[in-house]
Amino acid sequence: MTLSGLVWANLRRNKKRTVLTMLSVVVAFFLFGTLRSVITTLDKASEVGSEGRLIVSSASGITFLLPQAHANRLQSVDGVKSVAWANWFGGYYQNPNDFFAQFAIKADTYLPMYPEIAITAGSVDEFMRERTGAIIGAGLIKKYGWQLGQKVTLKGTFMPGDWEFNIRAVYTPSDPAFGDEIMLFHYEYLYERTGGEITPGWFVLELNRPDRAGDIAAGIDAQFKNSVGPTKTQTERAWNAGFVTMWGNIGFLVGAIGTAVFFAILFVAANTMMMAVRERIGEIAVLKTLGFGNGTVFGLVLAESVLITVLGGFLGLLLARTAFLGRNALSAFFPGFGVTGGTIILGLVMALALGLVSGAVPAIQSARLSVVSALRRVA
Amino acid sequence: MSHPSKASTNGKVLVEIRDLAKVYRRGGEAIRVFENVNLEIRQGEFLALMGPSGSGKSTLLNILAGLDTPTSGSVVVDGQEITRMNGKRLAAWRSNHIGFIFQFYNLLPVLTAAQNVELPLLLTSLSKKQRREHVMTALGIVGLTDRSEHFPGQLSGGQQQRVGIARAVVSDPTIILGDEPTGDLDAASGKEILDLLERLSTEFGKTILMVTHDAHAAERAQATMHMDKGVLSR
Repeated sequence: MTLSGLVWANLRRNKKRTVLTMLSVVVAFFLFGTLRSVITTLDKASEVGSEGRLIVSSASGITFLLPQAHANRLQSVDGVKSVAWANWFGGYYQNPNDFFAQFAIKADTYLPMYPEIAITAGSVDEFMRERTGAIIGAGLIKKYGWQLGQKVTLKGTFMPGDWEFNIRAVYTPSDPAFGDEIMLFHYEYLYERTGGEITPGWFVLELNRPDRAGDIAAGIDAQFKNSVGPTKTQTERAWNAGFVTMWGNIGFLVGAIGTAVFFAILFVAANTMMMAVRERIGEIAVLKTLGFGNGTVFGLVLAESVLITVLGGFLGLLLARTAFLGRNALSAFFPGFGVTGGTIILGLVMALALGLVSGAVPAIQSARLSVVSALRRVA
Repeated sequence: MSHPSKASTNGKVLVEIRDLAKVYRRGGEAIRVFENVNLEIRQGEFLALMGPSGSGKSTLLNILAGLDTPTSGSVVVDGQEITRMNGKRLAAWRSNHIGFIFQFYNLLPVLTAAQNVELPLLLTSLSKKQRREHVMTALGIVGLTDRSEHFPGQLSGGQQQRVGIARAVVSDPTIILGDEPTGDLDAASGKEILDLLERLSTEFGKTILMVTHDAHAAERAQATMHMDKGVLSR
């Protein structure tokens, strides 16, 4: 036997209590891993998007459309290489709660701007040839069991009715944060089915000189200031970051819940250790009688506490990592969602801190224990 | 554990207690447990200490074990004045020099007999194999090698106390202190324990001080001291 063997033996003393305490730590760190990953994914999402592409949207808000005529004027702006546009569709497949993003795009100029969209099955040519053609993310193909060439019917929400599409290409994003659960289809199909009522939701501009993005954006907004469709122009990254800030309060809420969980578990672990030590005061006195110093006794008690929290924390984080590996329940809402190595390291450091803090008081009490009075108490 | 050769040094004064006093303070009141206690214990002696409850015998035993500190006076064990040691040094000293036998055995229920006996050796630099050898030797002396993997709950009271004795002797301490080691045992088991202590004294030359309420137990020692109202007589 070794001193660490003694620690293990003490943990096995009341197996039910040890297991229950450890399970509470496992659950807490599973939650920590998940909630922390929401924040890291949102942070990462705010960095997605090119600094070399500009998004021109309505100055009144993203729900307002822009005049089609803006396209030609944008194309003539000095520094703009090409212009594309897109619209949010907002349909659903079979189940209204089964959300995924669909964009109607001006495909001939849009697709060349996005090297992130790497076609892995079918081809852009086939897609271009068919008005009802669609490019589908590999994630959606897997999720719904769709196949290349399959006809898919979506229910429209803003644009009511059944909308039929033919899957002509499948993409896998070169950057996971781009998301692989997106559907792209022809803007022309949307335009015609709505009788020309739907004009572009936003324009995407590819620039000749990305370093002049700021000046170009300011120039565009000035140009359209007094038009029928005033604009707000920003880099694609800033545009995406704007969406992420909408989740700002969620980030705060998630952080607050995580903190509350941490303190709740701190009290649970501390209480367990206090009980564990209180019920074996006599044994600690015996160890001291045998020559175990205050420092050794302190270390033994603290090691028990740290072992429970670090082991529980590790299992909880591992569980979260496994549960959100690859495609998972949250990746539809947060593309690229997963528990990162940084989150696991941070979690383990917190588990260690939790063990040290929760074990500190009983460890100090054990170290300071008077052998004579303790033995008298248990005699 | 050393063998009878150690008994050949009999006669050397191993423990010297000089003008020892212990006073407790309870509220504003000073309670004198004892004062002016003087005692010499020679190497290899087997002494019994008797006295009524509250007479101070356990306090004297605790001070001698380095578990309690006197109000004044000195205790010198094998040339070292333990009353001048700080808590850290005292703990280290205890692990090398004191073997303590408790009335209620005080074995750790989560450890086997062998693991309980091994506890004092965890503080030494002995290898795992060497520790195992020492443990089996100590269990052999108390006749429990076949119960080495049993947990305390699987042993009788007498057997548990024999494990307690093996734990007290495993590190070959300078002195063995027993705080009513037969106090919780039936007559037959008590006799076995006294036989064992006597054997440790005569066969292995161990120095033993045993606190007891039992006159029959005290008869097994070479000499009996009495503590009454803080006065020690031999």
